[in-house]
Amino acid sequence: MTLSVHVVTAEREVYTEDGVDEVIAPGIAGELTVLPHHAPLLTLIKPGIMRIVKGSEETDVAITGGFLEVKDDRVTILADGAERAEEIDDVRAEEARRRAERTLEERGDTEDLVVAAASLQRALLRLRASERRRRRSPRGPSGPPGV
Amino acid sequence: MATAREIRRRIRSVESTAKITKAMELVAASKMRRAQQRALAGRPYAERLTWVLADLAEAMGLAEADTVHPLLRRREVERASIVLITPNRGLCGGLPTNVSRRASALTLELGVPSSLVAIGRKGRDFFRRTDMKIQAEFTELGDYPEYLDILPISHIVIDDYTAGRVDQVFLVYAYFVNTMNQEPRVHQLLPVEPPSDEATRAVDYIYEPGREAVLDELLPRYVEMQIYEAILEANASEQSARMVAMHNATDAAEEMIEDLTLARNKARQEQVTSELLDIVGGVESMTA
Repeated sequence: MTLSVHVVTAEREVYTEDGVDEVIAPGIAGELTVLPHHAPLLTLIKPGIMRIVKGSEETDVAITGGFLEVKDDRVTILADGAERAEEIDDVRAEEARRRAERTLEERGDTEDLVVAAASLQRALLRLRASERRRRRSPRGPSGPPGV
Repeated sequence: MATAREIRRRIRSVESTAKITKAMELVAASKMRRAQQRALAGRPYAERLTWVLADLAEAMGLAEADTVHPLLRRREVERASIVLITPNRGLCGGLPTNVSRRASALTLELGVPSSLVAIGRKGRDFFRRTDMKIQAEFTELGDYPEYLDILPISHIVIDDYTAGRVDQVFLVYAYFVNTMNQEPRVHQLLPVEPPSDEATRAVDYIYEPGREAVLDELLPRYVEMQIYEAILEANASEQSARMVAMHNATDAAEEMIEDLTLARNKARQEQVTSELLDIVGGVESMTA
C-alpha cells in the first residue's frame, strides 16, 4: 500500500506522484510522518521543509505554511508557497536572504519589517532545502538523509 | 472625387493601421494562451481547497449555524461592496463596458449604498463619473499577477467586512465562456457561502490543532483564492476579447484597402483619359 501525494499552491502543482511510501511534514503540533493507512487528518502546517520518500528516492519541498489533508491514502498539501529543492536557485535564494537582512537592519516602518522578516524566513528555508539536497547527492539518493 | 495621390496616401495609412492591429491580435493571442494556462494551473488548488472547506462545512454544520465564524455570519445588509475586475487598457471591444454596466446594475438591484474596490483602470474610470465611493483601486497588477500581488485586495475586503464597514461583498468580473464569448458574472464573496459537496463523504477527520483553528485559516484563503481565480479568469477574457476585436479591425482595414485600391485605379484611369484628351486636343488645334 502506498500514498498518492499532491502538493499544490494557488499558482501551480508542485508535486504530484503516486506510490509514495512516506511523507514527513512540519505540522503545527510538531513534525509528523504520514504512512499508508493513516487516519483521516486535516492539519495546519508551519513553514518548513517537507520530505517525501518514494522508494529510494527522496524529495525535499520547502513550504511556507498551509494545510495538509490525509484521506484514504491520499495526501494533499495546500501550500501557500512551495518549491522543490531542485528548483531552488541558490544564487537567487542567497540574494533574497541578504536583501531581507539588509531591510531588517535598516529598519523601515513596521509593515516593511514584517514583510522583510517573512521573506528572510522564506529565503533561509529555501537555502536549507537546497543545501540538504546537495549534501545528500554525493552519497547518492539511497544514502541516509543529511542533517 | 479624391485625386489618385490622395487615395494612395490613404491606402498607405490604412495599411500601416492594419499591420498594427494584426500585431496586436497576435500579441493578444499569445497572452491569452498564457493567461489560460495560468488559470488552469490554479485549478487543482482551488478544487481541493473547496473540497476541504466543503468537508469542514459538512462536519461543523456550517450551513445552518450562522454564528460560527465572522466570515460566514450573515447579517442584514446596509452597505455592500463590489470588487470590480476590469482591464487596464481598452481596444478589447465591449468587454469593459459590459462588466462595468453589470456592476452598475447590481448596485441598483441591491438598493443599498455600495462602494467599489476597482481592479483595473477601465472600471475605475467608469465609476469615477458616478457618485459611487471608490474605496480602493488596483491598477498596477499587470498581465500576469501572482498570488502575492492580490493579497492586499483580500486584506481590504476582509478587513472592511469584519470591521462592519460593509455587510456583503460581491465580485464582478468577465467570465471566460470561450474565445468568442465572455460574459459578466457576479459572485458573492462575503459572507462566504460554504460550498456543498454533492458526494458527501462525511469523513471523521482529526483536526490539528482544532476545527475552529483550521476554519480560521481556511476561510481567508478561500476568499483570496476566489479573488485570484476571478482575476485570472478576467485576464483570459480580456485577452481573448482583445484578440477578437483586433481581428475584426484587421479585417475591416483589409476591406477598406480593397475599396480604396479600386477607387485609386479608377481615379488613375480618369486622369490618363483626360491627359490623353488634352494631348489629342492640342494636336488637333495645331493641325487645324
